[in-house]
Amino acid sequence: MPINAMWLHIDGERAAQAIEEALEKLDSAGGEVVLDFSSVRRVDPGALRAMEKLAGAAGDKVVKVVLRGVNVDIYKALKLAKLAPRFAFLD
Amino acid sequence: MPDNVASLGEERIAYLEGLVSQARTAAAVFTQYTQEDVDRIVKPMVLAGMAHAQHLAALAIEETRLGVLEDKALKNMVATEFVYDYVKDKRTVGVIREFPERGLVEVAEPIGVIFSITPITNPTATVLFKCIMAIKTRNAVIFGPHPLAWRCCQEAVKIMYEAAVKHGAPEGVFTCLESPTVPDNNYLMRHKDVALVDATGGRGAVKAAYSSGKPALGVGPGNTPVYLEKTADLDMAVVDIITSKTFDNGTICASEQTVVMDDEIYDRVLEKFADLGAHICNPKETALLGRMLVDPETGMARPMAIGQKATDIARVCGLSVKPHTKLLIAPIQGVGREHPLSVEKLFPLLSVYRAKSVDEALKVCVDVNHAGGLGHTAVVFSRNDEVIRKFGDVINAGRIIVNSPGSIGALGGIYNDMVPTFSFGCGTGGGNSTTDNVNVYHYLNIKRVARRTQMPMWYRVPNQIYFNRNAVEYLRQFPSRSTIVVTNPLLEQIGHVDVVRRRLAPQTRVHVLTIPEVEPNIKIVTDGLEALHLYKADQIVALGGGSVIDAAKIMKLKYESPEADLEELGAPFLDIRKRVAEYPTEKASRVRLIAISTTSGTGSEVTPFAVLFDKERGIKVTLVDYSLSPDVAIVDPQFVMSMPKGLTADTGIDCLTHALEAGVSVYASPYTDSHAMQAIRLAFRYLPIAYEHPGDEEARTMMHNAACIAALAFSNASVGVNHALAHAFGARFGVAHGRANALMLPHVIAYNASVPTKFMPSPHQRAYTAHKKYAMIADLLGLGGHTIAEKVASLVAATEQLLDRLAIPRSIADLGISKEEFERAVPDLAKIAFDDPSWRTNPRMPLLSELADLFWSAYRGRGLAKMADASTAPEGLVCQ
Repeated sequence: MPINAMWLHIDGERAAQAIEEALEKLDSAGGEVVLDFSSVRRVDPGALRAMEKLAGAAGDKVVKVVLRGVNVDIYKALKLAKLAPRFAFLD
Repeated sequence: MPDNVASLGEERIAYLEGLVSQARTAAAVFTQYTQEDVDRIVKPMVLAGMAHAQHLAALAIEETRLGVLEDKALKNMVATEFVYDYVKDKRTVGVIREFPERGLVEVAEPIGVIFSITPITNPTATVLFKCIMAIKTRNAVIFGPHPLAWRCCQEAVKIMYEAAVKHGAPEGVFTCLESPTVPDNNYLMRHKDVALVDATGGRGAVKAAYSSGKPALGVGPGNTPVYLEKTADLDMAVVDIITSKTFDNGTICASEQTVVMDDEIYDRVLEKFADLGAHICNPKETALLGRMLVDPETGMARPMAIGQKATDIARVCGLSVKPHTKLLIAPIQGVGREHPLSVEKLFPLLSVYRAKSVDEALKVCVDVNHAGGLGHTAVVFSRNDEVIRKFGDVINAGRIIVNSPGSIGALGGIYNDMVPTFSFGCGTGGGNSTTDNVNVYHYLNIKRVARRTQMPMWYRVPNQIYFNRNAVEYLRQFPSRSTIVVTNPLLEQIGHVDVVRRRLAPQTRVHVLTIPEVEPNIKIVTDGLEALHLYKADQIVALGGGSVIDAAKIMKLKYESPEADLEELGAPFLDIRKRVAEYPTEKASRVRLIAISTTSGTGSEVTPFAVLFDKERGIKVTLVDYSLSPDVAIVDPQFVMSMPKGLTADTGIDCLTHALEAGVSVYASPYTDSHAMQAIRLAFRYLPIAYEHPGDEEARTMMHNAACIAALAFSNASVGVNHALAHAFGARFGVAHGRANALMLPHVIAYNASVPTKFMPSPHQRAYTAHKKYAMIADLLGLGGHTIAEKVASLVAATEQLLDRLAIPRSIADLGISKEEFERAVPDLAKIAFDDPSWRTNPRMPLLSELADLFWSAYRGRGLAKMADASTAPEGLVCQ
């Protein structure tokens, strides 16, 4: 992981909004942004939609998005939504 | 991408893709929900459905112009309240069922995105029902309603969706196609993100669902036969049939179509129907209805009549009926194209048939059943259990409704305890995947978490074993009126029979049956049986080697159970607890079997085995059952003191092989190990002495005990590949069993101690332990060695030294068998050895090529036994 990676905490209570905010910060990120999901217990459809947008934007801007601390339930939801391959994961 | 895109515009495809995308996201999110989460959502959905039951019914009537408002409202209530009553306490998330005694846990996995086709006949009730099932099981549903019922369905979906999302369901969990078309359905049914197609509707929709290449729940039309039998409560039957057939103007596909009545009650029943508002058609009217309502091309009822009132149908067809006629009844004389009204009629027209006998009635019901009703629903009214049973036997229907209305009965939960549903599985007869009333469990992938279980093992031995010199004295304590001593001529000649005779209880009539000391055949057994019957024996004393004792075991079996089929009982098996053959437990007579062994090897005096040579088929049949074990074993060394050296060596090695194979068997247990290890210790110590000093009573005694103790071990742990090889080789080249075992033994130890090419499936053991067991034996014998490999090598060496001391030939070649002859034999030998059940408990599963290699190792001889991997397994790899 580059030392200049942007590190953003995702608030479990407002995950969709926090991911949208991360999307806005993509431009200022270096080559990599780390989203810390360790306090997120569950994602809703809004959060998944936001993540899909984030993945798309990151692809356009050639920014690597790393999800840290994703629990297995969310990981499975990302797999089912076909979003998992678009992110890197870090425990 | 589906293959019918051409018929859909880009905009429509984008619309459909949007529905799938929403549903996929919802389904993904839904996987995170708990049981409590879904239960919290389902209840308010049910209440919302109940609250809107009449409103939705009115919408359905308005849009479809089918059915009866009140009945549709009732259906909406059943689809919510009754279904809720069934599902509310059901676990559908996470662990849903546990079977601790079987080590099994069932875990629910949602299906994902379901595309659900709903019918015109029950549009809103079906939607309500499927929404509840979907939420309860954490699935997302895209509804594809009938094109003539999509508005009312959309409203039903909206009501359910709002209630669900308000209480926490993921957005997008339900969607409903607007202005649905067949190409829409085809597109969605084949969409890669749709996991299941659930089609409730007509034949076309169901067929399309099953043709989509997706897992499908397709449930379609029926043709319900009813047998109204003469013992039935006729008043109840008539009311039930009218209630059912007129319910929602007959739109439920489980409703009655043809009522077959016994001749004796036919006229009375028609009067009752007429009294309660049915119009009984005359032959002309019946013919007219047939022409008007059934399409002669397709042989199916015309859609125009579906769900219409009886009076309206009569009017359209030009029939004059009373104003409040509920039901039209058309007598028919048969089933099939010539009798158009024998088909399914989803409107209040009932066919009736007059049967001259129960047999005829059942046959006509079968005909109706086969005329489009296979797998669906059938009804019988009777008080005769035999008639009900027979009806259930001959009719192919997922629901056989007894003494209650067909349509309402089939829905479940009202007239019976069937699962409430709005989707009737019709099984393969109806081209469906299930005969069930479709329910929540069909909306789940049920995973089984199966823990490793250990089958209960056993340790079974005769309950009386007498040993050491003069143990034969114990014969006195067994009272007998008539005893048959089964023995061989030599033993009679050298006085052993007299020794036995003198020890039998006083007043025992004794008869001696001498048989050759060869593997028993049918004739020997038959001769013995004749003697047992002639002398009305109550006791057999088997005095001899393995063959004599085996013969006595089979005589006892046939004497006590004359019907026992030896060929069947000797059939091969994999696991004695699961084998096909059943040994008889009922005995025509009883006889005690006392076995006195005169060799120190087979241990037949305590084993549950007996070998029978079938001369006619030229094969050996091995009988295995604990009921064959002798009742009493006498292990008295006085009977082996005169054994010749060669026999001492061969039988002694047989004993050692039993113990070594039982020791490393996958059925080995602490019980069998204790015996196997002791027998190995005794054999290594005393066999050379008994061989070199035949008069050494201590050595003879210990070897006699060792043979019995080894047999106690292998009676329960069985043997292994050594015996499989020896059986094949011994039979082909006429080599004594013990000697054949000896030629294989060092090679088999080395083979079993190596890392297996194939492990033997073995729930009884925690790891591969054979090499460690051999090392333990080496320690027990004080053979030295530091590593497991060294210890195994020292055991192989010690075994070879023992064989040398016993003057056992060093190789198969030393027997005078030429290499060419052996080369010709080996392929067959390997196959025969592979078919031998002995290796089923070997620690290593042999490959045919490995069996051939073992034969060649034995051919080349001792001193060459090598483990396949020089160091055997790493110690840490397979330690238990």
